[in-house]
Amino acid sequence: MYGLCILSALIALIPLLLIFYHTISLGVSALNVDFFTKLPKPVGEPGGGLANAIIGTIILVGLGSIVGLPVGVFAGVYLSEFGNNKFATIIRFLTDVLNGVPSIVIGVVAYTIVVLPMKHFSAYAGGFALGILMIPIVTRTTEEMLKTVPNSYREAALALGIPQWKATLRIIIPVALGGIVTGIMLAIARAAGETAPLLFTALNNRFWHTTLDQPIASLTVFIYNYGVSPFEDWIAQAWAGALVLILLILLLSIAVRIVTRQRY
Amino acid sequence: MDVIQGIQTVVSPKIVSRNFGDTVFKYLSQFFAFLILLLIVLMAYEMYASSSLSIQKFGWSFLTSTEWDPVADQYGALPFIYGTLMSSLIALVIAVPIGVGIAIFLVELAPKWLERPFSFIVELLAGIPSIVYGLWGFFVMVPWIRTTVEPFLSRHLGSFPLFEGAPYGVGMLAAGVILSIMILPIISSISRDVLKAVPVSQKEAALALGSTRWEATRIALSYSRSGIIGATILGLGRALGETMAVTMVIGNRPVIKASLFEPGYTMASVLANEFTEATTEMYISALIEIALVLFVVTLLVNTVARLLVWSFTRNADAGGRL
Amino acid sequence: MEDVLEKKDIEFKTVTPNTNVTSAMIEQPKAIKIKAESVNCFFGKVHALKNISLTIPEHSVVAIIGPSGCGKSTFLRSINRMHELVPDSRITGKLTLDGSDIYAMDAVVVRKRIGMVFQKPNPFPTMSIFDNVAAGLRMNGFRDKKKITDIVEKSLHQAALWNEVKDSLSKSGVSLSVGQQQRLCIARTLAVSPEVILMDEPASALDPISTTKIEELVYELKSKYTIVIVTHNMQQAARVSDYTAFFYMGELIEVDVTKQIFTAPSKKQTEDYITGRFG
Repeated sequence: MYGLCILSALIALIPLLLIFYHTISLGVSALNVDFFTKLPKPVGEPGGGLANAIIGTIILVGLGSIVGLPVGVFAGVYLSEFGNNKFATIIRFLTDVLNGVPSIVIGVVAYTIVVLPMKHFSAYAGGFALGILMIPIVTRTTEEMLKTVPNSYREAALALGIPQWKATLRIIIPVALGGIVTGIMLAIARAAGETAPLLFTALNNRFWHTTLDQPIASLTVFIYNYGVSPFEDWIAQAWAGALVLILLILLLSIAVRIVTRQRY
Repeated sequence: MDVIQGIQTVVSPKIVSRNFGDTVFKYLSQFFAFLILLLIVLMAYEMYASSSLSIQKFGWSFLTSTEWDPVADQYGALPFIYGTLMSSLIALVIAVPIGVGIAIFLVELAPKWLERPFSFIVELLAGIPSIVYGLWGFFVMVPWIRTTVEPFLSRHLGSFPLFEGAPYGVGMLAAGVILSIMILPIISSISRDVLKAVPVSQKEAALALGSTRWEATRIALSYSRSGIIGATILGLGRALGETMAVTMVIGNRPVIKASLFEPGYTMASVLANEFTEATTEMYISALIEIALVLFVVTLLVNTVARLLVWSFTRNADAGGRL
Repeated sequence: MEDVLEKKDIEFKTVTPNTNVTSAMIEQPKAIKIKAESVNCFFGKVHALKNISLTIPEHSVVAIIGPSGCGKSTFLRSINRMHELVPDSRITGKLTLDGSDIYAMDAVVVRKRIGMVFQKPNPFPTMSIFDNVAAGLRMNGFRDKKKITDIVEKSLHQAALWNEVKDSLSKSGVSLSVGQQQRLCIARTLAVSPEVILMDEPASALDPISTTKIEELVYELKSKYTIVIVTHNMQQAARVSDYTAFFYMGELIEVDVTKQIFTAPSKKQTEDYITGRFG
């Protein structure tokens, strides 16, 4: 019986190895300087790159952070420092609910809230969708990390006649800062890899964006569009984009591990 | 007799301070926490309002009709509901045994030093973006299914309606398999947490009574049954909402067929594919109604799952009986 | 004995049956720094402190002794308003500082005037030694760098830690030994110039040498501050304090001049505890 368990553990490894192997082997050929610096070429012409998509993803994640990080961090602070009541329990539950909402549904909501009133697709809409996605992750890790700070520090700070808000901001949060930043990094990684919520909010754009209230390119949507296309070099570029994404995830995961290991 | 001058009763919440900064801080952070509540309510309301056209026209038949005809502006979501449920079911059938097996491996068998690297690997699996799974699924896994798995199943089990038909590669089976890989991390990590929460006394008691190691593990498993069911349902929740990977391998045809080799369509996929193509108001309304159904279903599923896992760990912590 | 049981009053004016307390008192009568009148503390339904009435004279060391769970720490925490941080806690009665009602003041102000040193040393881990001592000052708006440096140095001197750390003020607060950390916490408390210092078993987590240093410190600080020290260690109470109060099961059983409590206590319970028959 135990043999089967060991087998399952091995089975889990296989897809991971295969995905890495294939993404690297199929994507590395299109991964050149052009990829990071040039715009996409018109249909049928080979070459070009996805520079606008990379910048677009950065912008979208940035917009999402503006929405998601303040809400997430402050809500996490509330739940940890003031959260011994019914309202906080409800909010915790709702945060879990939000976490479980499919990202495509969040895209639909962003469509109704941002795209419809604006009457066109935009980076704002995409950023808004990504921000909603980031909130539960940041809230949960912020709360958890703050809760690991021993109460003795809170008591010591208060006993010195320091008001609670200063104690929290300048003594307690710095102690938990590593963990909180980890949560933020995880949220950013998640947002950067999302496709579904962007499909009908930020749409896509084969050129540089000019303003934020117009559609904007993103790496993930490009990977999708190129991946389902019939063109060989587009497909190769899709793999290259996938390679960039998983390298990003790998780096962030390692960084998270390092940060959480160093915590006092 | 002492004269008590002024009885003061100070009641918590945590601090009674007339400090202005404290009050601002508390209400500011409470406001942001409240935004989460507002967000969820807003989401539900927006989707409901925007799908009102479709709700009014089709009512409950929206959920039972299989007619999805944009040209005629007739919309029935049953094929998508079926596709979503079926692909998720297949994913569970594959992922639950493997996920629980991994959990047992990590808790009972693996040497201590293996635990961190292994859970790192599982985390990596969980972090791979859906579109990357989709690409790999379509270009690597589907050909493998078409050339190896489906012919194999066809040869040995082809008489069952489940495995009838020609091997396309894309289809319900492919969707189920790719989903199973994607939900494996969540099932295995929560099952691992659940197994870890089983009080050591339970296992020790079993061993003391002369049971084998495997029997003791079985007892731990049955003790943590509700927690593992919770993990399963959480995996289900994740599978129900998965979009990009499924869209690329399921074939995207709104049909309900018995065979797993046939293509299908899920609620998430139809949204991804048709939302930007929707031309009429009714079309969009119907699509948003699908989003609403998906929202409600995942909400219910995740709530049930969380309650199960939460109540299990609470009981286990109390060291006692379920 | 009956009237003494009922009164539990400002003991120093009451004549106990066995000795003339007034003659055993210190030469000049001291001003009352903190006065507790019929204080009751609750944790939810648990009645942790019952009807405590006690005076703490200025510039003296009052030790509070008693077995575990008798309410010593709870009493301490009700003085600097830390008790109210516990959810579902309640307090009735009156506590005054220099005559003003502690619970009518801003809690933050109270805690600046009444400092606290905890059982387990807790220097802030993300700060240096210097920053730890300066923390209370800086976060209350002090900006003057020179002044802060002066106060930090002075506090470290007062806490008998200056010589050991003067060359490494920028090192992390948690890099010190446990005994040094506790003195760092004391310096941190002194830096905000409190009038009263509450100490909750300050030496119980320390080795004997550090304990001795802390006790010497308490003795020296007495001339500038008022100190209330909770301790498990009766010899410590006998060594350091001017007055000792014996708590048992949430009640104040007896309070008297230290020498009196330890040589000829008037209550049997006190005598039993001191002679080690229980606790």
